[in-house]
Amino acid sequence: MELVNPGLGLIFWMTLAFGAVFFILKKFAWPIIIQALKDRERHIEEALQAADRAHEEMKKLQIDNEALLKKAKEERDQLMMEARKLRDKILDEARVRANDEADRIVENAKVRIENERKAAMTDIKNQIAEISIDIAEMVLREKMKSPDVQKAYIEKLIEEKQLN
Amino acid sequence: MAIHKGIIRSRSISYIATILLIGFFAWSLNARADEDLHQILEHTEDEMEKADLNAGEIIIGHIVDAYEWHIADYGHTHITVPLPVILYDEGEWHFFLSSKFHHGKAAYKGFEIAREGMLKGKIVKRDADGNFIQPIDLSLTKNSLAVIIYSTIVVLIFLGVAKSYRRRERKAPKGFQSIIEPIILFIRDEVALPAIGRKHYERFLPYLFTVFFFIFFNNLLGLIPIFPFGANVTGNLAVTGVLALFTFFITTFTGNKNYYAHIFNTPGVPWWLKVPLPLMPVIELVGVFTKPFVLMVRLFANITAGHIIILGFISLIFVFGQASVYAGYGMSIISILLSIFINFLELLVAFIQAYVFTLLSAIYFGMAVEEHH
Repeated sequence: MELVNPGLGLIFWMTLAFGAVFFILKKFAWPIIIQALKDRERHIEEALQAADRAHEEMKKLQIDNEALLKKAKEERDQLMMEARKLRDKILDEARVRANDEADRIVENAKVRIENERKAAMTDIKNQIAEISIDIAEMVLREKMKSPDVQKAYIEKLIEEKQLN
Repeated sequence: MAIHKGIIRSRSISYIATILLIGFFAWSLNARADEDLHQILEHTEDEMEKADLNAGEIIIGHIVDAYEWHIADYGHTHITVPLPVILYDEGEWHFFLSSKFHHGKAAYKGFEIAREGMLKGKIVKRDADGNFIQPIDLSLTKNSLAVIIYSTIVVLIFLGVAKSYRRRERKAPKGFQSIIEPIILFIRDEVALPAIGRKHYERFLPYLFTVFFFIFFNNLLGLIPIFPFGANVTGNLAVTGVLALFTFFITTFTGNKNYYAHIFNTPGVPWWLKVPLPLMPVIELVGVFTKPFVLMVRLFANITAGHIIILGFISLIFVFGQASVYAGYGMSIISILLSIFINFLELLVAFIQAYVFTLLSAIYFGMAVEEHH
């Protein structure tokens, strides 16, 4: 029976104690805790939203960047193409000019070589003539060595003169 | 996820059921022991003096409220903390310490502690015919002191937690705050919000938090067997009754038109159940009072059962020890292991019962503020 026979005193003290706990915590603890939790939740929510927004913005920025990059690339490609064309043109021009120059040089060389050859030929002819004369002289000298031959030859020449 | 939760719930229900079963078993054992005691009392009073160990008496003695706080016995000396007795009788206040009763053996100023009958354990006075009459008794008993001490602890803890919330604004919880926060969020999001609804739940939160942590801490502190803890506070009908009354009054005073219409003119019920015989209103009205009654009894029974089992296992050591010292030592191993197991179980029960009380309170508040649908 003792177990299920609550004492008035305990009911009184319990009401007082629990009432006091309820009152004090309701006044000084729970509002702060509830508010703090709510604030923090809102803060986290906002932070998440801000992060989302930032992410979105980043994405947009990235797309912009990509477009810009693409445009820049196109521009670069075009520039490169133009440059290549220019280069080709310059190269072509250079090649043509170089060819011309080479042709001219070859022509000059040919002319000079012709001149040299001609000079050499003349020289050779002169030398051959000289040598021929020399040889002829030496042959004559050999033939006309004896005074009889000289005399015979002179007689012949005189005879021919007289005949003419 | 829902299945998981269901398993946990059914498991905890089976735990509670087991505890209740064992509790009732211990209770019936105790009742039988009481009968034996009476028989012994009637027949041989001398023999009763020798049979000095009665587990049932000891267990109940530890569980019920008392005018002094018993800590230990040393030989024949009782080490107790005397507590103030406050009585109002025949227009006169009496204040004295409970030590004047000499552990219930002596009378003081005509008052004594009844040793038998309906008022057993209470301070009584004998009238001219020798019947017990009870003065108005506001004594600061063991449980009253315990309630005050534990309440102070709860208040200090939560003022501290509130302080750290204020100091650490928008920061992650730290220290004790981080133990409390999941429970607070659990009560707010899993108990109050679904039971009461988004519109009204916030104004019931302070009460639900208070009642949960009050019960939870009292349950836990009641499990610590060292003074000033270990008082069976939440296993006392006065304590659980006051808590249930708080829930009852809050439900009654916040009840809207719809709530009272539901009680006195239940919608969706054939008229002949209301007029001429007000069958439904009577049933509904009874329901209004059974709800807090159930709250009171459930908490009381669960916590008391836990204490009874633990004390029962401890008592077994001495029961066996009386037969033979060696049996006592042998039993102590089993008893200690079992009581450790039960203690762990009680930690769970401490939470579950606080949760159940809070959940049911929230559901009753939800009924009280439910909008017409």
